[in-house]
Amino acid sequence: MSLESKYPTSTPREFTLSVLTEDKSGLLNQLTIIFTKRKININSLNVSVTEVKGVSRFTIVTETSKDMIDNIVKQIRKLIDVLGAFVYEEHQIFYQEIALYKVPKYAIMEGNSIEELVSKSGARILVVETDYMIIEKTGNSRETHDLYQKLEPFGLLEFIRSGRVAISKSTRKTEAYIKELEASNSNKLSIKDF
Amino acid sequence: MNTSTLVLEKNRSKKTTRIKGSDAVLQCLIAEGVTTIFGYPGGAIMPIYDALYNYQDKLNHILTRHEQGAVHAAQGMARVTGKAGVCFATSGPGATNLITGIADAQIDSTPLVCITGQVPSHLLGTDAFQETDVMGISMPVTKWNYQVTRAEEIPYAIARAFYIANTGRPGPVLIDITKDAQFADFDFTYDKCEKIRSYHPYPEALPADLEAAANLINEAKKPYILVGQGVQLSGAENELMRFAEKTGIPMAATLMGLSGITTSHPLYVGYLGMHGNYGPNIKTNECDVLIAIGMRFDDRVTGDLDRYAKQAKVIHIEIDPSEIDKNVKTTVAINSDAKQALLGLLPLVNVSTHKDWIDEFHQCDKIEFDKVIDAELHPDSGEIKMAEVINRISEVTDGEAIVVTDVGQHQMVANRYYKFRKSLSCITSGGLGTMGFALPAAMGAKVGQPERTVIVVIGDGGFQMTLQELGTIRQSDLAVKILILNNNFLGMVRQWQQLFFEKRYSFTELDNPDFQMITKGYGIKAQKVEKRENLNQAIHDWLHTEGPALLEVVVEQEGNVFPMVPSGASVAEIRLN
Repeated sequence: MSLESKYPTSTPREFTLSVLTEDKSGLLNQLTIIFTKRKININSLNVSVTEVKGVSRFTIVTETSKDMIDNIVKQIRKLIDVLGAFVYEEHQIFYQEIALYKVPKYAIMEGNSIEELVSKSGARILVVETDYMIIEKTGNSRETHDLYQKLEPFGLLEFIRSGRVAISKSTRKTEAYIKELEASNSNKLSIKDF
Repeated sequence: MNTSTLVLEKNRSKKTTRIKGSDAVLQCLIAEGVTTIFGYPGGAIMPIYDALYNYQDKLNHILTRHEQGAVHAAQGMARVTGKAGVCFATSGPGATNLITGIADAQIDSTPLVCITGQVPSHLLGTDAFQETDVMGISMPVTKWNYQVTRAEEIPYAIARAFYIANTGRPGPVLIDITKDAQFADFDFTYDKCEKIRSYHPYPEALPADLEAAANLINEAKKPYILVGQGVQLSGAENELMRFAEKTGIPMAATLMGLSGITTSHPLYVGYLGMHGNYGPNIKTNECDVLIAIGMRFDDRVTGDLDRYAKQAKVIHIEIDPSEIDKNVKTTVAINSDAKQALLGLLPLVNVSTHKDWIDEFHQCDKIEFDKVIDAELHPDSGEIKMAEVINRISEVTDGEAIVVTDVGQHQMVANRYYKFRKSLSCITSGGLGTMGFALPAAMGAKVGQPERTVIVVIGDGGFQMTLQELGTIRQSDLAVKILILNNNFLGMVRQWQQLFFEKRYSFTELDNPDFQMITKGYGIKAQKVEKRENLNQAIHDWLHTEGPALLEVVVEQEGNVFPMVPSGASVAEIRLN
C-alpha cells in the first residue's frame, strides 16, 4: 500500500525537510516566514555546515498535510539562495536527536539504579559535578522521551533536546547534486532524486 | 568567504576607478539602462541624492510627494516597458511607505528595484533616528532583498537586483544601503549578473509534457484557453494568436491578462472572474480541456475551487513551479514561460475549428447584453452610468490608450468595457487590490510610454488615497488624463453591503471635497460633468487638453457591477442581477 493511499493528502503527519542553501545571512528568516504565513508550527530546526564549502543544510521537522508540505517545499525552492529542498517521511531517512538530562546528585547517593538505567537506555553519563550529573542520550524523540519519563522520578532538574538531524538513504553526494544543479538549465524541481 | 570578500577578489584583476559608494549606485543604474528614478530624499539616502545632482543629464529623477507614489510610479513604468522600475526612499518611514507598492508588485509579478538608505552600519540595531528593520519588513514581499554595509558590495548587490527582478517570474527586489557605505570610497567596476547557481529562472518545457498537452488539445471537443499576465510578461502575444488561430480555440483573459489579446479578436470571448463576462465564467464549468496560460488561478477567477472546472482536463502553462497544482490540480503541467510553451506546442497541435462551441459563448454574450450591458451602455434617462463613460472613452481613443485603473467598481467597469487593442495597456492593481495605485502608477506609465495616451480611471475614494501626486504630475508635467468616476461612495464595498449585508451602509458614504478646486489648486485643468448631454463634449475637451487634465463625472450613486460571482460561489452561479 502506498503512502498516498494510506493517508488522504489533507491528513496532518510528520515531515522532515532538508534544505541546502548558500551560506548567506537572513536565510533562516526567509525560511521560517514561509511557515509563519501559513500558520504552520516548526517542531524542530537545525542548521549545519555540510561537506561542501559554503553550503549549509537546514533540517526542519514539521507536522502538516501532504498538500501543504508540497506547497511549502515549492516556496522554499523559490528562495534565491536555496540550492535544493527535499521532503522526507520517516522511512526515507536515518535521523537522530540528542537529549541532555540534568539529575541531582542525591539521586545516585540514595542507592538508586540510575547507572543501570543509563546503560540500559543506551545513554551515557556526560559529566558528574558536585551537585548534579548530566546524562546524554542520542536517539529519536520517542527514545529520548522514554528516558525522560524514567528519570523524572529522580527529580530531574533540567531537560533539553536538540533539533533533528537527518540523513537520507540516497547514495548521492551533496557535491554531485550541486554540480548537476549548476549545469542544469531547468529548475530545482527537476532534480528530484537526493 | 563572505560576499564582499568575493567581490574584492574578483575586482583585483579588473580596471577600476576609485569613487564613492553613492556614485557607484548611480553608475550601476546607468549601466543597467535605467533612465528614470522615482523617489523621495531623506537623511539616510542624502549621499545618493547629493551624487544625483551631478547625474541629472543621464538620470531623470522624478520627485514624488510620498514614497508610496514613488513605488507605484515605478510599478507603472515597469508594467508598460517590461523592465524593472526603480525607486529611491530614505530609511525608516521612507522605507515603510514603499511596502504597499512592493507587496503589490510581488503579487502582480512586477519587476522593481527599490533602493533605500539606512542608518550608518555602526548604528544598526540601536534604534537610531529613522532606523527600521526594512530587511525584515520587506522579506515576505520581495523576490530578494539585500543589505549593503560596505561600498564594495554595491555593484554585486545592484547587478544581482536587476537580474533577479527582471528574469523568470519578475518581482520586486529591495537593496538597503547604509549611509557609511554610500559615503565610502572604493575601487569600482561593474559586471552585469548573468547567472546565479541557485536560481534557474527559465525552466525548459519538457517534450513529454508538450506532447501530452498537444494530445489533449487535439482530442478536445470543447477546449478553452485562459490567458493570464504571463503572456504579456513573456512577450508571447503573437505566439498565442498563432496557437489560438491554428487550433480555433476560444480565449478568455484574467484581469491581469487583459490587453494581451485584442478585445475584438474573433476568438476572444471575454473577461474572467468575479465581475467578468457571463459566458467566460459559466463555460469554465462546461469545457473539456482547460488551457491556462501564465495565470495563477486566483480565487477571484475561480470562485469555489471545489466546484471549479471539475469536468475538465487542465493544462497549466506556468513559469513558476510553485503555482503548479497550488489551487487547481493539473492533468498536464508545462513548466516554462508562456512563449516557450506555445512555440513548443505550435507544431504539435492540429488545425481545427470549434464553431459550435464558440457559438455557445456568443449565445451567452447575447444574454449578458440583454440583461446587463444594454442598460449599462444605453440608458435613456437617470444618472450617468460608469459603463457609458468608459465605452465613450474607448470609442474616442479607438482602444489605443493605456488604461490605468485603481481598485473598486470603476476598475471592474473600466476593464469590462474598454476595448484594448495594444498589449501592456491594462495597468491595474490585481492581486493586492491597492486603492491609491492608479494615479501614481499612471505617472510611471506616461514616463515609460510618453507618446501614448495614458488614462487614469479612479474612484472618489481611491483618488483621495494618493491625490498628493497631482503635485508631481504638475511639477514634472506628466500629461496623464485623469477620470474620476464620482459616486460619493466606496462603491464596491457599498455594493457588497447592499447584496450581502442587508444594505447596512457602514462607513462607505463619502462627504467629498471639491475635486475641481483641489485639482485647479495644483495648477491642473479640471472639469466636472453631471448631465448626460454634456458628457461627450467633456470627454472630447478633456482628451484634447494639452498636458495633464482631470475630468470628474458624477455617476449613479448606487450603481452595481454585474455580472457577479458572489464570494464563495461557483463560477457557474454567476449572477446577472
